[in-house]
Amino acid sequence: MFKHFEPNKIFSITVKAPKYVLLLFVIILSIGLTEALILSPEDYKQSHSVRIMYVHVPSAWISLGIFSSITFFSVIGYIFKIRNFFLISKSLAPSGLVFSIIALVTGSIWGKPTWGTWWAWDARITSMLILVLFYLIYLVAWRIYEKDEKVFKVTTIITILGIINVPIIKYSVDWWNTLHQPASINILSKSTIHTSMLFPLLIMTAAFALFSLLIFLMKYNTELIKIKNKGLDRL
Amino acid sequence: MIYEMFLMNGYGLYVWSAFAFTILSFLSLYLVIKIQYVKEKNKFIAKFGTLNSEKAAYAKSQSINRQILSNTSRI
Repeated sequence: MFKHFEPNKIFSITVKAPKYVLLLFVIILSIGLTEALILSPEDYKQSHSVRIMYVHVPSAWISLGIFSSITFFSVIGYIFKIRNFFLISKSLAPSGLVFSIIALVTGSIWGKPTWGTWWAWDARITSMLILVLFYLIYLVAWRIYEKDEKVFKVTTIITILGIINVPIIKYSVDWWNTLHQPASINILSKSTIHTSMLFPLLIMTAAFALFSLLIFLMKYNTELIKIKNKGLDRL
Repeated sequence: MIYEMFLMNGYGLYVWSAFAFTILSFLSLYLVIKIQYVKEKNKFIAKFGTLNSEKAAYAKSQSINRQILSNTSRI
């Protein structure tokens, strides 16, 4: 099954896909921004500041999703010795880092009018900051270690340690008294968010997911060309 | 109406700065990754140009190398 993921087989797709993904991203983002900034209603309590949710929440979701994917590919890659899975993990990390920073910064901007403070050492915010640090450590590890075996081992350990933090971020609002409200959107039970707000939120999430796919594809192609450059040196 | 849209009941500064930060982060990340991609690709093309005909033919036998050289994507 893993043979289908070989770079030789998927490069022809990954090299052509970015332009289509970029086009789709621009279209979906334009619809999302129109919905989020103009068409969606203001909140009866938070007024217009609720619109920050449309960038804050999708960023947080995607940064968590990307870190979970990085861990999955690193662990499977390490167990089955699939080098390409490490390339996929490495290519996912830059967008994951940026999305986690966006979640922190926009959360801080949202916190000022809502809670009256830019920052609090609240469980959700602190655990999100730890996620940013794990992304940074992961990316730095790729720069520090040159030997493949070493970097594969170290980055896998970092992701295993970092993944412990992911459920802590998710359930921090239930486990501790935090400034954050409990989750409004639940897959297993009824969501408490109105559809007029849920719709723009889902569109913005789709746009952000497309952006992370675009960055992933571009980074993956860059990493493959880097490997091929080394191959030319050996000729 | 446009004026009201910018002010947003006094929350405009917070809302617009959050959206602006997000879009600027997207643009910055896109540009950084794009520059890295173009740099590596140019390096590959330059290295390929220095190969003799025998080595170039061998390198071209790999499909990925052919696709990098064919410049199929401008992104």
